[in-house]
Amino acid sequence: MTESLFFVFAAMAIVSALMVILNRNPIYSAVSLVITLFSLAGIFLLLEAYFLAVVQIIIYAGAIMVLFLFVIMLLNPGKEAKFLSPTNPRILIITLLSIAFIGMIFTLVSGTANYIGEAASSTGDLGTTRNIGLTLFTKYLLPFEIASLLLLVSLVGAVLMTKRNLR
Amino acid sequence: MTPPLEYYLWFAALLFVIGVAGVLLRRNVIIVFMSIELMLNAVNVTFIAFSRQMNNIDGQIFVFFVMTLAAAEVAVGLAIIVAMFRNKESINIEDMNLLKW
Amino acid sequence: MVNSTLILVWLIPLFPLIGFLLNGIFGKRLGDKAVGIIGSGAMLFSFVVSGYLLLNYLALNQVGAEFHSTLFSWISVADLQLSVSFQVDSLSLMMAVMVTGVAFLIHVYSIGYMHGDGGFARFFSYMNLFSFMMLVLVLSDNYILMFLGWEGVGLCSYLLIGFWYEDDKNASAGNKAFIVNRIGDFGFLLGALLLFVTFGSFQYSEIFSQLDRFSVGDGTITAITLLLFVGAMGKSAQLPLYVWLPDAMAGPTPVSALIHAATMVTAGVYMVARSSFLYVLAPTSMTVIAVVGVATALFAALIALTQNDIKKVLAYSTISQLGYMFLALGVGAFSAGMFHLLTHAFFKGLMFLAAGSVMHALANEQDMRFMGGLRKKIPKTFITFLIGALAISGIPGLSGFFSKDELLWQAYSSPAGGFWFWLVGAVTAGLTAFYIFRLIFLTFYGEARWKPETHAHESPNKMTLPLIILAFLSVVGGYIGVPALLGGDNRIHYYLEANLAKLPVDAAAHQSHSLEFILMGISVLIAIAAIYLAYVFYVKRRELPELAAAKFKRAYNLSFNKFYVDELYDYLFVKRLITISKWLWNKFDVRVLDGMANGAGKLITVTGWYVRTVQSGLVSGYALSLFIGSLLMIGYYFFR
Repeated sequence: MTESLFFVFAAMAIVSALMVILNRNPIYSAVSLVITLFSLAGIFLLLEAYFLAVVQIIIYAGAIMVLFLFVIMLLNPGKEAKFLSPTNPRILIITLLSIAFIGMIFTLVSGTANYIGEAASSTGDLGTTRNIGLTLFTKYLLPFEIASLLLLVSLVGAVLMTKRNLR
Repeated sequence: MTPPLEYYLWFAALLFVIGVAGVLLRRNVIIVFMSIELMLNAVNVTFIAFSRQMNNIDGQIFVFFVMTLAAAEVAVGLAIIVAMFRNKESINIEDMNLLKW
Repeated sequence: MVNSTLILVWLIPLFPLIGFLLNGIFGKRLGDKAVGIIGSGAMLFSFVVSGYLLLNYLALNQVGAEFHSTLFSWISVADLQLSVSFQVDSLSLMMAVMVTGVAFLIHVYSIGYMHGDGGFARFFSYMNLFSFMMLVLVLSDNYILMFLGWEGVGLCSYLLIGFWYEDDKNASAGNKAFIVNRIGDFGFLLGALLLFVTFGSFQYSEIFSQLDRFSVGDGTITAITLLLFVGAMGKSAQLPLYVWLPDAMAGPTPVSALIHAATMVTAGVYMVARSSFLYVLAPTSMTVIAVVGVATALFAALIALTQNDIKKVLAYSTISQLGYMFLALGVGAFSAGMFHLLTHAFFKGLMFLAAGSVMHALANEQDMRFMGGLRKKIPKTFITFLIGALAISGIPGLSGFFSKDELLWQAYSSPAGGFWFWLVGAVTAGLTAFYIFRLIFLTFYGEARWKPETHAHESPNKMTLPLIILAFLSVVGGYIGVPALLGGDNRIHYYLEANLAKLPVDAAAHQSHSLEFILMGISVLIAIAAIYLAYVFYVKRRELPELAAAKFKRAYNLSFNKFYVDELYDYLFVKRLITISKWLWNKFDVRVLDGMANGAGKLITVTGWYVRTVQSGLVSGYALSLFIGSLLMIGYYFFR
């Protein structure tokens, strides 16, 4: 049951990710990305990361993608004027490099379980909000606070950069 | 029947390479940005997969921070794109070539 | 001495250092009054502390005791263990008290003398830095720390000689002093390094404790002592490296008094005395020192006879007196040399300050031909100057008499001494009395030859008070060393000798008291005769000097032109050096060095021109190289 669900989500994610990079229209790309993110949320659920799955949908698929769509519509760039022609040597080079990357990673990753042991038995409450919250506010309190500072800085930065007249 | 760890890692690698290809092939800066998001998410999958494998929550906390970072990055990045567009009337990445001799 | 008292020794150089920092950094903002107070106050505190330590030391009543205080470990490399540490014994305490005391008086004097000068704060900060370095020099317990002070005082001397650097002449006088001193310092450094190679240490006590394994006349020790003496020759202005000292008079007069009469130039004497344990093992070096010393004494005195610049006369007099001290060291009478160093610091410092007071009165006139008749105008200066002159001439009852007489007696009677040393010394004493009274008579007697519009006036109290104190010291300073012959107990020798080496005494050569008495009488008679001669020449029959100069024209010209030594050095060294330097500049520097530098630059430019094309500015290009880089990293794990 879990395995078949994994394959469904994974296939959805891969296909929509390919749509993201192959679509000419940025709006379609953005919508495809939303689908990818939803599928990933599903995979998170399979991995008992309940809290993160929800956060994935709210923050990524919600907030961040809305920001993307907003900018796309604001700038209205239209379709990309000129896509790389399929005969362009760059495409060939990148494809070859990608295949090499995939091949090496697949080989290296196979048998990882042999090194780190079999999957630990599930307790069923690994990624619950309660557990995440407890860890975040005890062990990771300082990084958590610093992360809030990072967000504040980026907020200020974004406002500053989009201002029309800087003085 | 849970899928073994390798499946997740293979899947993450595929997703990552798709992101890389997007960054390298596309010239629309917004699409490039989306591809970067894909790469970040691929890494998130490996984190969570290992977290489950070892029954250790630290990996999930990392994912949480990655998401924070992604949000910050998108906010700043998109602001840069908007500022860029205002100056150059273009979001073609090949027009952003000021960083050279 | 208990540690709590001993630790105070660090305060002695600390006060001048604080004064230097305060005056150097905040001097402009503090105002002249505060700068003067800080500068002289620092020296006063130092003087009080060193005096307190001296009293403590004397109260211990342990003759020859020496104490060490370590502040921190300075250099620790392999076999070399060097720490910043001080040695407290009679020698270093005497020097410390003398330096701080004289320096304090001269600082007070400078407040008046430098009044209104634009570089007032700069002057006081340099003076304080000098005092700090001088104290490090005398208190150090190893040769390297001493060398630090040695170089430090050299630097301050350079800075202060060229204090009025707007005038090119003063700046080049500073350069000359610095460069000539370098020659000597090089000798000192070589000597110190040879010491380390031989003994494995720089510390005095560690070196001296190993001397048992060397016999008298040992080659290494002779080499070391000669090299150290080269250093002393430079710093203490002995033949042939004396040429910088007369030119050093370009600095302000308090500088001449403090650095070029009382303290720094005696560093060489102190250093040789400090190394006395080495020198007694090297009779050759001792002879060299004695000969150089006595030759310098005579030579400089001959030059001083004809100089017209009041400060030049005193400068040559200083060189001559330093020669005396080296004569004493050379014949093995180390404590006599140190005693003369002490009294000389009083009366020569006094005479320089008094000369400064004269110049102050006459709007900075230095030429004695334009002085005269000042006796009534500036009575305090006159009286104090006269006391100094009587002291240096060796008139009985004043400090110079005791030290000079002790010195001449030792030159005659010491196993390393001899009749000829005594004779030249006595003749020089006569010359000294003559030229110093020539100075007195030309300056204070006769008719006024200065410009009528000059308003000659006595200096302020700030300047005359140090004069009076120094004059008092010039009178009584000798009573710490009254020889047994005159019913004294010679306290200073009693203490100093315990910390210095002694020549093996030859019992048979013991000289009689009557002979000592006769020699003493002769030297006093010579001095009085010389003074009378000067009186005849420069007061009674004013035409005589010119007649004598005309009659002995050749000798007069030799002396007046300082034996043409400067011209000789100029021809022998300076001109040659310039020729070689020009060649090096035109050939070696322009072609080889510049070629290398320019070639390196060109190589970088050309390489950069090709490499910069990599920076296309295209983001995807950078991303691609990033990706290839990560592929390479994964590839490493893959193919490993």
